[in-house]
Amino acid sequence: MTDATANTPRPKTSLIEVDARTKRRNAAEARFKAYGITAIAIGLLFLVVLLGSIIANGVGAFQQTFVNVPVYLDPAKLDKKGNRNIEEMKKVSTFGYNPLIQQGLLDKVTELGIETPLQKRKEMKAMLSASAAAQVRDFVLANPDKLGETVEFKLLAASRVDGYLKDRVQREDVARDKNIDAEHLDLTDELVKAGVVAKTFNISFITGADASESRAEQAGIGVAMLGSFFMMIVVLVLSLPIGVAASIYLEEFAPKNRWTDLIEVNISNLAAVPSIVFGILGLAVFIQFMHLPQSAPIVGGLVLTLMTLPTIIISTRASLKSVPPSIRDAALGVGASKMQSVFHHVLPLAMPGILTGTIIGLAQALGETAPLLLIGMVGYIATNVPDGIAAGFLDPNSAMPAQIYEWAKRADPAYYERAWGGIIILLVFLLTMNIIAIILRRRFERRW
Amino acid sequence: MPVLWLVLIVLAIAAVGFVLGRGRALKSADGDSRHLHSLPSYYGSNAAMKVLVPALGLLVLWLLAQPLYIDNRVSATIPESAIAEGSTIGLVMADVRRVAEGLDTAVAEGAMTMAETVAIDFTAVRDQLAEVGVALGANVSAETLAAAQDYRSYTSTGGLLMTIAVLLVALVGCGWAVRESNKEFRARNVVERGVLVLLIAAASIAILTTVGIVLSLVFQTYEFFTLYSALDFFTLLEWAPSFSGRGGASSLGLLPLLWGTLYISVVALLVAVPIGLFAAIYLSEYASPAVRSFAKPMLEVLAGIPTIVYGLFALLTIGPILLNVFGDDTVGWMQGQRAVMTAGIAMGIMLIPFVSSLSDDIINAVPQAMRDGSYGLGATKSETIKQVVLPAALPGIVGAILLATSRAIGETMIVVLGAGAAARLSLNPFEAMTTVTAKIVSQLTGDSDFASPEALVAFALGMTLFIMTLGLNVFALYIVRKYREQYE
Repeated sequence: MTDATANTPRPKTSLIEVDARTKRRNAAEARFKAYGITAIAIGLLFLVVLLGSIIANGVGAFQQTFVNVPVYLDPAKLDKKGNRNIEEMKKVSTFGYNPLIQQGLLDKVTELGIETPLQKRKEMKAMLSASAAAQVRDFVLANPDKLGETVEFKLLAASRVDGYLKDRVQREDVARDKNIDAEHLDLTDELVKAGVVAKTFNISFITGADASESRAEQAGIGVAMLGSFFMMIVVLVLSLPIGVAASIYLEEFAPKNRWTDLIEVNISNLAAVPSIVFGILGLAVFIQFMHLPQSAPIVGGLVLTLMTLPTIIISTRASLKSVPPSIRDAALGVGASKMQSVFHHVLPLAMPGILTGTIIGLAQALGETAPLLLIGMVGYIATNVPDGIAAGFLDPNSAMPAQIYEWAKRADPAYYERAWGGIIILLVFLLTMNIIAIILRRRFERRW
Repeated sequence: MPVLWLVLIVLAIAAVGFVLGRGRALKSADGDSRHLHSLPSYYGSNAAMKVLVPALGLLVLWLLAQPLYIDNRVSATIPESAIAEGSTIGLVMADVRRVAEGLDTAVAEGAMTMAETVAIDFTAVRDQLAEVGVALGANVSAETLAAAQDYRSYTSTGGLLMTIAVLLVALVGCGWAVRESNKEFRARNVVERGVLVLLIAAASIAILTTVGIVLSLVFQTYEFFTLYSALDFFTLLEWAPSFSGRGGASSLGLLPLLWGTLYISVVALLVAVPIGLFAAIYLSEYASPAVRSFAKPMLEVLAGIPTIVYGLFALLTIGPILLNVFGDDTVGWMQGQRAVMTAGIAMGIMLIPFVSSLSDDIINAVPQAMRDGSYGLGATKSETIKQVVLPAALPGIVGAILLATSRAIGETMIVVLGAGAAARLSLNPFEAMTTVTAKIVSQLTGDSDFASPEALVAFALGMTLFIMTLGLNVFALYIVRKYREQYE
């Protein structure tokens, strides 16, 4: 065999001149590397597109169009008996306020000398949000002495007007829209020039409550944020101590036996169970069996606790494991019991890692939606700010991701903008939590 | 809030027990803690523990058991005749509870006195309760009111008994612990044993959760199969639940849903696996440390984004783009924004970091000596990767892909928003299909009655999902673990 190879004439090769086979191999090498770079580039591109579309679509929700309208608070209409009795004035519903507001806007349009075919009072209705009347009514009931004066109100513009200024509503679409006509859009353009209609920062999106389906301009995420907040308190209060206790047992005390094996297998499997299954558990056990209130943050918190426990246990065990055995030996050597060595020495040293893991678990719980759907946190319109702490835990509420889902389901495209805006807020929370976790890790983690 | 007060009182007793126990132990050692078996605070902790654990444990058990017991007692007194046509005992009991709670609210708000609520006539209940803001759907029947009065009296008696029992247990525990506190008593050992039991209890919650999941699924699934034929569920090719109240038989076939689930998962894996795998190979074999430290966390950001965001991204960004490319204006394959592709691509993006970081770990675990051997024989880097590293890492990569599949099957929000609601057996990936998870959500979030097969089917679907994902996870972990043993 050696002879055979020796006898065949060897091809002429040169180190300087690359032969065809080497070229091919080098080309394959370059191609393979290019695949890798492409994969990473696609991954990063997806990230950029995702974040880009969130920001591009969601920023609009933080701005809202308002109309500055001087409204003459006509005592003859609002206080028919003229005795400024609040109880009697309450009998005038928002229907009684609408004409005054519409008249106010019409007067303003005439005063500015804007030419528009819309000369009837009723035709101003499409410009303003349905919530405007309630806003004026609340003002009047709070300040009855202002009756008879002309007061300048900053009222929410209708959702369509808002959408027009944000390029969501196009002129072509208006033809088929019974809520608004092209004349209204012309009028809007004029009013923007006159400074009567303007977009400003919309604080009530962050602090406000959800609104009914037809009033997208009024909806805010504030109440759902409170719901999430109360849920996170439940998760923190339950999952941190239980998770730490379970990890201490498994890492420091557990003998190697069937029971601990069973626990270990359970924890690793629970970490991979789909979140919707936890929702089914919550529905069957907490709501149908224990009769806890539906849609309440406490139930949501319990379900999310069960879901985040495996995450917290896994990270806590990792940080307990990273504390070197010499610490435990030294404590035992000076006469501490096993329990004392763990609680006095190991646990404090593992604390930064535990807190980091807990924050990451909480962030995961904060963004989780599927189990909340099953325990009734959607379909519920979160319009009331819970009064008091007990109500915060027990009264029906929504949560941020559930609220976003609820908005995404509604037919009005104005709500899509709210949903994206809600996502921005949610991501800001998640980002903050993760940054805190990273800082904690950088600042306190000890390398042994 | 009587329960809150009860807890506070128990806590106060525990605090008193702590001080007394510690004091008594110190006194028995003539104030010199060196004569004690344990540190003085252990005697206090022993007393506090013996107050808190039994008393609070009893409280929790009582709070869980009392409503069940009362429900049973009260529902036994409701005659068959009081249950209206089309109603169930469960609905009547819900009314009973609402009336009872409404009457209690009325007393709490001062709208009625205790005597008035007992003497109230059943015709007046609805109006009276409306005044305190408790809305009742219909007028209250005499039987319901009687049952509600029973319910109230049982509840108040139960509450009283509970207070007495809990306080008694707390005081007995306190007295016992204080009595046994003296310098010979091995308080530390007792306390540490108690703490150990608590630690074990905490660790067992994982088992309890699994048991809870399995039991709630098994019982309801069993109930579903008594109402609906199991054979139909597994073999029917149609999913058409009739809406509750309208009657008519529903076709509840699992197969269309399973088909949608698997189809979407396959699309997702077709996106995630090549990108994730090549990203992992590049990051672990080619990338400079600077590129790695930038690109790896950036890709992992994708994993930290909540699924609701991907759902919205699928519905409002991917869907319209696909509709522009494949819609009626061009090839006409796609009718609406919701489709298998829409959900699949979004899910694929979500799974990229999952595949890449798992594969990255596995590729890094391949020993360097194997690469060096390959380079020594003259192989290029890509040949080494293709012929040495990947075959060695293959079982682990398969495990990672299986874990990603289980994620894809169990994913809910993306499919609820992106995949559509119609169950179809179709091959066109641009058509809307639905999945097991999406149907669980839609069957359980309506107003349907929980005893109907249309609602109970969700539990059978949940069971299918649970078994599928569990099987995949166990199999994947088995493969990964088996592979790791080779190199350690």
